[in-house]
Amino acid sequence: MKRAALILLPYSWLIALFLVPFLIVIKISLSDIALAIPPYTPNLDLSAGWQGIKDFVSQLDFDNFKFLTTDDLYWKAYLSSLKIASISTFAALCVAYPLAYGMARAPDEWRPTLMMLVILPFWSSFLIRVYSWKAILANEGLLNQLLIAIRVIDEPLQILNTPTAVYIGIVYTYLPFMVLPLYSALEKLDASLLEAAEDLGCTRFQAFWLVTFPLSRNGIIAGCFLVFIPVMGEFVIPALLGGSQTLMIGKVLWEEFFSNRDWPVASAVAVILLLLLVIPIVLFQRNEEKQREAEG
Amino acid sequence: MAETKPIPQEGTFAPWTDPQAVPLIRFKNVTKRFGAFTAIDDLTLDIYPQEFFALLGPSGCGKTTMMRMLAGFETPSEGTIEIDGRDMAHVPPNQRAVNMMFQSYALFPHLSVYDNIAFGLKRSDMPKAEIPDRVQEMLRLTRLEQFAKRKPHQISGGQRQRVALARSLAKAPALLLLDEPLGALDKKLREETQFELMDIQEKTGTTFVIVTHDQEEAMTVASRVAVMDAGRIVQVDTPPAIYETPNTVYVADFIGDVNLIEGTATATGEYAYDVSFAAGADPIHVTECEADIADGSHVTFAIRPEKILVTREQPDDRANAVEGTIIDIGYLGNLSTYHVELPGGQMVKATMTNSSRISRRDYSWEDKVWLSFRASAGVVLTE
Repeated sequence: MKRAALILLPYSWLIALFLVPFLIVIKISLSDIALAIPPYTPNLDLSAGWQGIKDFVSQLDFDNFKFLTTDDLYWKAYLSSLKIASISTFAALCVAYPLAYGMARAPDEWRPTLMMLVILPFWSSFLIRVYSWKAILANEGLLNQLLIAIRVIDEPLQILNTPTAVYIGIVYTYLPFMVLPLYSALEKLDASLLEAAEDLGCTRFQAFWLVTFPLSRNGIIAGCFLVFIPVMGEFVIPALLGGSQTLMIGKVLWEEFFSNRDWPVASAVAVILLLLLVIPIVLFQRNEEKQREAEG
Repeated sequence: MAETKPIPQEGTFAPWTDPQAVPLIRFKNVTKRFGAFTAIDDLTLDIYPQEFFALLGPSGCGKTTMMRMLAGFETPSEGTIEIDGRDMAHVPPNQRAVNMMFQSYALFPHLSVYDNIAFGLKRSDMPKAEIPDRVQEMLRLTRLEQFAKRKPHQISGGQRQRVALARSLAKAPALLLLDEPLGALDKKLREETQFELMDIQEKTGTTFVIVTHDQEEAMTVASRVAVMDAGRIVQVDTPPAIYETPNTVYVADFIGDVNLIEGTATATGEYAYDVSFAAGADPIHVTECEADIADGSHVTFAIRPEKILVTREQPDDRANAVEGTIIDIGYLGNLSTYHVELPGGQMVKATMTNSSRISRRDYSWEDKVWLSFRASAGVVLTE
């Protein structure tokens, strides 16, 4: 009885903050657009009793989902998001691994400071940080000025409003989510394992590849999911840095909701996005469980 | 460092007494500093092929540093280390015919027992087809056949220790280094494993260098023991020689139990001295003393508790006999240790075997007893 009460608390939290809103989104995605407040029909009329519920359900349909397949904008946006999320996750991994490795190998007294430096950007507004990248990447921005000053280029490079800018913004923003799990995996690594590998005939590089890398696998997987999943739905970074060229499903969602005021289609887009993300989320959970088993 | 004194009845394996023998390892005036700290201080040492050599000392005495220099993880600040006649100064760990068994075992957690043992072989020039046979041989040697597929976290501590041993022996190194190999095992398992180690060392003919702070372990397994203190080797000798003829108070005190009695020495003949330790008391008569001691110099007489006989009556056939009072009795089952106070206030420990199961308690607290020992039972130490 006591245990049930204890479990009830997190579950009611999940039900109130995740399941109920999600069911509402599903309901809207099955509705039709209407010029009204709220901008969709049907509305559930509970005062009509059982008949009201029946009427309500009979008016729900999958038209919005069907609509998503008629316009290639949507699947292109999904694919483009998938591509951007994959590439930027990989890029973040490439940047974060050496960082995390350096942190894990740093003298003990440095580590809290280095950790602080990784987390520090979170102390300022995300919007301001992304916005400031505009000033860096613009044609007359800091980066181009620097490159021209040191005579690497003659003409400013067009970086802002291209996918490159989006990748830079995403890698920059999500880097800590990659660094921290990698760091915690690498920090646990017993240095004598590397000595043992060398002792048994490995070069330094082989020791890294055969011991360090496989033993940081769980950190890599956790970091990749922590970056990939939110980047899939990312909307602010492509909107601010990507210009009109960059197609991402988060941006489409935003436009459906706020420009077109087509809540039912926007909800359908959101439902599909969530279903797409369920796969990596389940994989992520399984990885976490496996890791716990291996450690316990 | 004292000259190594051969013990004749020790058997045939004693290459350190043979001037023709070629050492496998030569430390020549090796010094190792870490910043301002000197871990190894001008150390010279030869270790011979097929020896089971123990480096023994308290923590921080430099024994682990010596081992890490042999493995190649540290380089000497001064001096040279030769293995098999070759200067090892610029040879990295992965190119040495030396393998190490780590104190933590350092088993690769992501690999099975089989793959752990095969790890070094895959990095060697052994043909791929021969690797499984070699791994099987190692599994048999360490009795791990049925655990080949397990991961390190799925086996017990004793089994992990054997995996670590098998892995470090798999490449048939010329030299195996063991860093506190039995430290993580409980007492019973440790004793069993000591004999297993000796057995494996004999079977494979590999030279073993073991680092330990456990003197019993060193005495049990080693052909020779080097007692270290503060970066120096104080004495290198066979276990019996270390025990019976320690060259300093430090060694006498570090190995086993000992009574240390300070006094002044007077020569009474060839290799014979009297040590007077208290005014009014008879001096201790000592014979077969090798050291050359000037009359009147301050010395320490060291005698092991089991060399002292406790009797009610004064024995007449012993060179030294003194009466005292029992202050304390420590009953250990097989032995009893008597703490006896001599008239001058000097405390002496004497150990007697409890050889009969049902005996009346011969001695009790406050009893007057006679302690006696032969003239050759103890040693006179000058430092």
